[in-house]
This record gives sequence, structure tokens and C-alpha cells, in this order.
Amino acid sequence: MRRLNASLQLLAPCALVVLVGLGGRATTAGTQTEVWNALVNVAIVVGLYVFVGNSGVLSFGQISFVAVGAFAAGLLTVDPTVKPNVLPGLWPFLAHHSIGNVPSLLLAAALGGVFAFLVGLPLMRLSGLAAGIATFAVLEITHNVLRNWTKIGPGATTLALVPGTTTFAQATLGALIAVVVAFCYQQSRFGRQLRATREDPAAARAAGIDIHRQRLLAFTLSGALCGFAGGLLVHLLGSIDTEQVYLDLTFLTLAMLVVGGAQSLFGAVVGALGVSLLDTFLGNAENTVHVLGLRLHLPGGSRLVGVAAAMLVVLVLRPSGLTGGREFSLRLPRRLRAPRAQAPEPR
Amino acid sequence: MNVLQTSIDALALGAVYALMAVGIGLVFGVLRLVNFAYGQLIMAGAYTLAFTGSWGDPASIAVCVAVVVTLSVAMELLAFRRLRGASPATMLAATFAISFLLQSIALLRYSFANKPIGDSVGTLSGLNRSLRLGSAQIQWITIVAIVVALVVLAALGLFLNRTSIGLQMRAAAADFRTARMLGVGANTVILLAFVISGLLAAITAVIFVVQTPLVTPDFALRDTIIVLVGIVVGGIDRLVTATLGGFFIGVATGVLGDTLPSGSRVYLPSAVFALVILVLLLRPRGLFAIFGRAPAERV
Repeated sequence: MRRLNASLQLLAPCALVVLVGLGGRATTAGTQTEVWNALVNVAIVVGLYVFVGNSGVLSFGQISFVAVGAFAAGLLTVDPTVKPNVLPGLWPFLAHHSIGNVPSLLLAAALGGVFAFLVGLPLMRLSGLAAGIATFAVLEITHNVLRNWTKIGPGATTLALVPGTTTFAQATLGALIAVVVAFCYQQSRFGRQLRATREDPAAARAAGIDIHRQRLLAFTLSGALCGFAGGLLVHLLGSIDTEQVYLDLTFLTLAMLVVGGAQSLFGAVVGALGVSLLDTFLGNAENTVHVLGLRLHLPGGSRLVGVAAAMLVVLVLRPSGLTGGREFSLRLPRRLRAPRAQAPEPR
Repeated sequence: MNVLQTSIDALALGAVYALMAVGIGLVFGVLRLVNFAYGQLIMAGAYTLAFTGSWGDPASIAVCVAVVVTLSVAMELLAFRRLRGASPATMLAATFAISFLLQSIALLRYSFANKPIGDSVGTLSGLNRSLRLGSAQIQWITIVAIVVALVVLAALGLFLNRTSIGLQMRAAAADFRTARMLGVGANTVILLAFVISGLLAAITAVIFVVQTPLVTPDFALRDTIIVLVGIVVGGIDRLVTATLGGFFIGVATGVLGDTLPSGSRVYLPSAVFALVILVLLLRPRGLFAIFGRAPAERV
């Protein structure tokens, strides 16, 4: 029974991802891109979850790892015969080399992980709001440097001509990889130790857990997943500028995580898919859709209002998120179960 | 560069940021809520001023105050009251959602009319005339901002220290549970914090609108983020340290923005935020937190 539960906890989010991916194939071209974007959002939010969900420490900095991954993967897959012309300021090494699609994703993950490790080394000593503001400072610095240093990137202009390889297969597989890695981590002793520190730091430390080391490990893994997701993102969009991987994405992905339920992987997946797909649906409704035989037409610009209002309503009605921060399970939550007489809790 | 000019301008920015810091810090004190949507309160106030510009300045400002205070109280009644006791992440995400909501409502105005983003405001535009002071050109609004901030902060100080309800607010900020046990009404104190916070947002809106007479949906968003950073760097646990943090980050932004050569000015944010990280690592409780108190938990 326990093994069945554990495998269901992995299978349920995976099944959701695959279902959305297959559903995306059946839609029109414009909507398809948005569905693939929803799957990339899953990868980002799952990356965020690995640190924020397991440690309980807020981070506003994970999108800087997405940015680094996106720019690295994008820059190195642009055709080197045109690169020196569109980006004349680039270092010769970056200007004349290019790598394939899969290596670019791996590189994005590696860079994200290394960057997160270096940043986390001092920053993971902080807790609470100080940690939140310090990680936010990392986002600001990353954005500022990427925007102005034209030797390593496009600076304030848009990086274009990136091959658009993130379609059905790459979006679905990418999201699945993120989910599986996050699941393996949270089932490992490291994940369990980190969650223990989230519930009670003093008790966890008394039990011999090194909080700094566990947080740093999760931060690094989260950085790698975020970098990987950044690679997926740039190959989805085909072009990117620094504003796309900055404040808006930071707040949106954090809100997705909390709306789904920050304390579970299932919540991260549900939140990312739910908010993204609602956004897609409302976007289509701005150009009229038919739902259950009714003709629905929304005025232009109202999709953002709808998404924000929906997130607020969910948070007010279900403060611990849509999933309540629990993993998927066939058993009903305790408060809904009929009380059983003297049944001992399974150990 | 002119020393007098730079210092007065920086002082004015610091004064306004201090007002914002008090508005955010008061609510944090009683509710432990970092109100990220504070900038959107200011934005709403600025739009009110833009729409009621033809009514004359006194009426327009009065309506602005009424709208912003109502909005601030509505946030508490509709959202935050129901989230009391929820995790900090949930409360913060709720303020993100409110911030998105207000911004996207403001954006609707431009997607319907299909016009360029931004409304111009003419409130108190006479204050933009400048005054020669030696070699410096000081705008009247700069002086007004400093004076208004001083008066408001002094009044607030008197209110918090000399009235019964002010004392209750301070007690609630120091230890909410104990204060409740001693008869402090939780809802009263929190509602009052939101009213004052809204009032301060309205005053900030008027000052900002005179300085930047073009209102956009992201009006005051950047300022709010900088003030939030300042508050945490200063020490969010106490109102005084939070206000000082807001003041100093305003002064620092003003001075550095004026004195750095333009070539290296592009990396100014990096330098400032690197300093922020350094301060947080060395003094996680805040730069101005008093020695001898329990140190922040470090791992």
C-alpha cells in the first residue's frame, strides 16, 4: 500500500503533464505555443518548489537562474555564421561557437546549478525575510549585468534567431524530467532532512541535521532545474530579452506555486498548469470561444484581470493552495474520512 | 555637480521613501504582512488625481485620499482578514495577486481605448516652479515633500506615543498575542493600521504625481520595491528602524544617481544590491537593530 501510494505520488503529476501535452497537440497552432509554455512553466515552478517548497524559505532569486540558463542556451545555439553580425560586442569565444539543442539544455542546467551554488554558499545562512530580500538582490544584479554587459549577451536588445525546438516532445519531456528529479530528491534522505528543518529547525538541528548544507543542496538543485527550464523557455520563444525573465515572471511563478500548494510537488504542477491554462483559455475568450454551447466573448485585456482575480480567490478560500500542500493520494484527507473505531495509524 | 542641489534632492527622496516605509511598516507590525500591493495603492491614488483633475486641487486631493483609504481598508476586509494565521508565503502571494489585479485593471483602460499608455496629471503643478538658492535650482515640491514628511512623521509619532489607541498599536506590534490577552482589539488595531497606511499612500501619491506628472499602471512599483528592500535592510521588526531604512535607501539612491559618472551609472543597481546582500549577511536583523537583542536565527 505504501509503495502504491509513493508511485501514485509520482504518477499523478506525470500523468497531468502528459495529458496536457497530448491535449496541446489537438489544438490550433496559436494555442499550442501557449500549452507548451504552460509545460515550461511547470518546469520552472517545479524548480522553484525544490527549494521553496521543501525548505519553507522564500526565494525571489530563482528566476535569475532561469535567465542565465535561457541566455546561455540561446546564445550558443544561434547560427555562428550570423552571430557576429547581430551581436558585434560578443567575446570571440561566444561569437564563433555553437552547440546542439540537447547540449545547450544540459549546459543551461549546469550553469544554473553552479551559479546557484556560488550564490547560495553565503546566502543560505539567512532565514525569513532577510533571505527573501537577499535572493531578490541576486535577481536584480543578474538582470542588471545581463542587460548592460554586451560581451556576454545581447544587452538591452532582444536575442533573436534561437532555434524553436521546444514543441510537444521537448516541452512534455522537459516538464517530466523536472518532475521526476524533484520527486527523487524529495524521497531521498536529503529531501526528508530539509523538510524536517522546515517543520521545526530546532528539533532538526538537535537530530543532527546541518541546515545550511541541506538548504544549499536544494538551492543548487533548484538552480539547475531552473537553468534547464530557462533553456526550454528560450527554445520555445525563439527570442528573449532580459525583461521576460525578471520581476513579472518571478512574482507569477511564486504565485503559481502558492496557488497550487507550496508544500507538495503535486501542488507545484497543479498550480503551474492551472494558472497557465486559465490564462490561455481567457486569452482565447478574448477572441470568442464556445463553452458548453454558450458563446463567450471577453473584452480585450481582461485575461490578466481574470487570472489575478482567480489567484486571489483561490488563496482566500484555500490558503494552503488548491492541493492543500498534500501529494496526490487516493485516500481522502483526514477531515473528510469517516472516523474509524480504534484503527491504529499504520506505521 | 552641485552639493546643495544633490543633498536637498536626495533628502526629499529619502523623506518620501520614509513615508512609504512607515505605511508598509505599520501594517507589518500588527499583521506580519509585507504588503507588496502598497505601490498599487499609490498608483490608484495617482489615477484618481488624473481623473478628477478638473475639479480643482482641494477636491481632487480629498477624493484621492478617500479612494486610497477605502481601497486599503477593502484589501484588509476582503483578503487579509481571511488570511490571518496563514503562512507568510500565502499572505505574500495574496499581495502579489492584489498587485497584479490592480495593475491589470489599470491596463484595461488602455486596451479598450487603444491609446498610448499613460495619463497626464496637473495636480498642484505650480509646485514645479523652482527657487534659486545660490547656484542650486530647488523645486518647491522638493521643499514641500520634506516639510510634509516631517510634519506627518511627527504627528504619527505623537499619535503612537501619546494616545491610548496608538499605545495599543505599539503593544500589538511588539507582541500581538499578549496585547490581545490584555484587551487590545485585534480587528480595531489592524483596521487602523490599514487606514493610516492608506492615508500615507495618498500623501505619497500626491507628491509623486507632482514630481512625475504621467501616471502608468506600474506607477510607484519600482519605488515600492526599493522601499521594501530598505525596510528589511534597516530592520523590519521595529517601525523606527524600518523608517530609517526607507529614508537611507532613498538618500543613497538620490546621491549615487547624481554623483556617479554616467558611464558606470548603468551598474549602479548591481552595486547597491551587492551592498544590500553584504549588510544582510553581516546584520540579518537590520542595519539599525539595537545591539543586545536576540540575534537573528542564522544557520
